[in-house]
Amino acid sequence: MAELAPTLVHKDYHASKMGMWLFLFTEILLFGGLFLLYATYRAKFPQAFHAGGQTLDVFIGGLNTVVLITSSLTVALSITALRRGELARCLWLLAFTVACAGAFMVNKIIEWSAKFHHGLVPGSEHMAGLPQGQSIFYGLYFAMTGLHGVHIVIGASVLLWVMLLIKQGKVTGQDYVVLENAGLYWHIVDLVWIYLFPLFYLIS
Amino acid sequence: MTDTHSPTQSHDGGQDHGPLSYRFLTLIWAGLMCLTAITVAVAKVDLGDMNVIVALAVASAKASLVIFFFMHLKYENWAIKSMVLTAFVILAIAIGLTFVDVGYRY
Repeated sequence: MAELAPTLVHKDYHASKMGMWLFLFTEILLFGGLFLLYATYRAKFPQAFHAGGQTLDVFIGGLNTVVLITSSLTVALSITALRRGELARCLWLLAFTVACAGAFMVNKIIEWSAKFHHGLVPGSEHMAGLPQGQSIFYGLYFAMTGLHGVHIVIGASVLLWVMLLIKQGKVTGQDYVVLENAGLYWHIVDLVWIYLFPLFYLIS
Repeated sequence: MTDTHSPTQSHDGGQDHGPLSYRFLTLIWAGLMCLTAITVAVAKVDLGDMNVIVALAVASAKASLVIFFFMHLKYENWAIKSMVLTAFVILAIAIGLTFVDVGYRY
């Protein structure tokens, strides 16, 4: 159908963005519930949370913060590039973003393996046998960073798919709302990390 | 809501503004990096209960930069703006009140 001469496809730019935001609200609700749990348990077990935070690697956490914020920048830049018709630059920026997602996950694996090495495996007897506060701290740590990690993988996959659409000419400098919406998802993933980082890594 | 961009709605509901410049977006990134450095530095200072408040305040400043500029909220129409701001305000109320409740309960 792309062969047909100028087809008038009605696209509602604002409605698509609004729809994406509505979906993002459900994501906010999902993580918001976990942050509520965090708030209540932290108030109940301040010492355990304090001690737990000390066992997390601030360097890796900080590095991942830098990686994610930079990847958010490159997504935002890629939209500008696409709209200016700089296709190669747009694809390069998106590839860089996906690479950042990969780097983030590698750091996450290193971090989690270190915890597993110390017997901190979600659902293990060792973790259940810890004092209640600690067991809850690590439980929330694995649940929240794990769910966030899943979102990183999904976000990177969506960006790869959009790269493909751009290559196929289905997303262009005139019709780029798909890239914008994928970008919105990626930024929400970044937003969650902006709160996770200080609340878990910087409370010692 | 006073916006410096006077929205000239196009008929097809398309964009009302040009793309943000590379330079401007990079400046926002630099601001986010500075705030990250601040939050790491402040965490090393023992401020008691203030630590978590400062951490959340800095995180919220970073979140605002991401939402308004990277996520283009500043340039959206009033409907999307009010939807998004309402959602975040409600989330802040829910989490804030829960913090206050459990903070004074135990």
